[in-house]
Amino acid sequence: MGRMRKLLIPGVDKKLLVKDAVKLMPDLTRRRFITGGASLGALALLTGCDVVDSSSAETMLAEVSKFNDAVQAWMFNPNALAPTFPESAVTKPFPFNAYYDFDDAPEINGNDWKLEVRGLVENKKPWTLEELYKLPQVKQVTRHICVEGWSAIGSWTGTPLRDFLKLVGADTRAKYVWFQCADKDGYNSPLDMPTALHPQTQMTFKFADEILPRAYGYPMKIRVPTKLGFKNPKYVISMEVTNEYKGGYWEDQGYNSFSGS
Amino acid sequence: MSSLAVSDEHAAPASSTTRVIQPAWVRIVHWVNAVAMILMIMSGWQIYNASPLFNFTFSRSITLGGWLGGALLWHFAAMWLLMVNGLVYLVLGFVTGRFRRKLLPITPAGVISDTKAALTFKLSHKDLAKYNYVQKLLYAGIIVVGVLIVLSGLSIWKPVQLQWLTALFGGYDVARYVHFICMALIVAFLVVHVALAILVPRSLRAMIIGR
Repeated sequence: MGRMRKLLIPGVDKKLLVKDAVKLMPDLTRRRFITGGASLGALALLTGCDVVDSSSAETMLAEVSKFNDAVQAWMFNPNALAPTFPESAVTKPFPFNAYYDFDDAPEINGNDWKLEVRGLVENKKPWTLEELYKLPQVKQVTRHICVEGWSAIGSWTGTPLRDFLKLVGADTRAKYVWFQCADKDGYNSPLDMPTALHPQTQMTFKFADEILPRAYGYPMKIRVPTKLGFKNPKYVISMEVTNEYKGGYWEDQGYNSFSGS
Repeated sequence: MSSLAVSDEHAAPASSTTRVIQPAWVRIVHWVNAVAMILMIMSGWQIYNASPLFNFTFSRSITLGGWLGGALLWHFAAMWLLMVNGLVYLVLGFVTGRFRRKLLPITPAGVISDTKAALTFKLSHKDLAKYNYVQKLLYAGIIVVGVLIVLSGLSIWKPVQLQWLTALFGGYDVARYVHFICMALIVAFLVVHVALAILVPRSLRAMIIGR
């Protein structure tokens, strides 16, 4: 807090500055200057400089983040496609990225694995990998953008999520599709329904024409080129169609929930 | 601040010593911008640290937010303050004719002679209401940089929904560099700007009480 105040004008001692300036003023303006300075301080207070670490600042920031969710949902154009690239543009090697080392990435046996389908769907039958592989697949070469700022172009092949949702009779008027994953500590993430129904949102089974490797989320990841990377869950084990906001691994820690690109 | 604004309107522009140099709206948007800009820069440094473009990071003692998530919250909150305030400034700047009156014309000859005068400490600051050519160039230039940093920021935030804008900047990765360079230019401007305000305290006074 004290640190913030000192840095309001970097490298300048505000008290000395004010003292110097006041000396040069006629009486009348001197009084006005001090009043003005006081209201400037009040402005700094109001805008949060002195409440950086307090919970009121956190509450304010959380509210603005919710507002930003609404703005982004409003901006989201269901027909706007993420730019696609030629296969030659794929980043090699495509980075492995998680909150754990590669050695801790889930090792899933594809023969035992089943995708659980829950919530507002007609058919809740779990799907084996073999059954999923039989669904029609499309390929996309799109840019993956990480919340950290870096980006990488990847080639993903799989079934459009909206086709699968139709197949299982999902209520597409519901608000979210919520994914749970096999990552340690239980990764999960909600996806708003308009994005779930976007033509490029994909249940991904292949990377660069090869069966999705362990590093990128074997056996299945959800590729969402209209969202930041952390909204693209890997090692997915279940999806739930729901009206309830169930939170997510990073969303709960403060990343903006919509995080649309 | 509002009481100041009211008294300004009633004050007669009698003598040259009491006439308004900076109208109330300029002072208000200036200081709101100062706060918004500092919040944006300090949180921006923390965001930069998560994936640095160059071979350095910013010391955590001068960043805002504590970690990437916190910095993003600050950045995407302060951006509204910066953008709304910036729009008010641009609209009023054009509508009131302030930009035309204060910033134009900018001639190369004028800039060169005023730069020489400034470097030899011969530049006059008698009339603070009238900008010299160096000021004109820097103030007009920083407005352009301000517009660019907002647009490049939007193109990094929305590279799909605003992909035409991102393409205009040469793609997502290039837009990040543009955004960073604009920040560096603003920080450089800020250093000079604050230094000169200290050298000519009357100018700081004018930006606070108007005269």
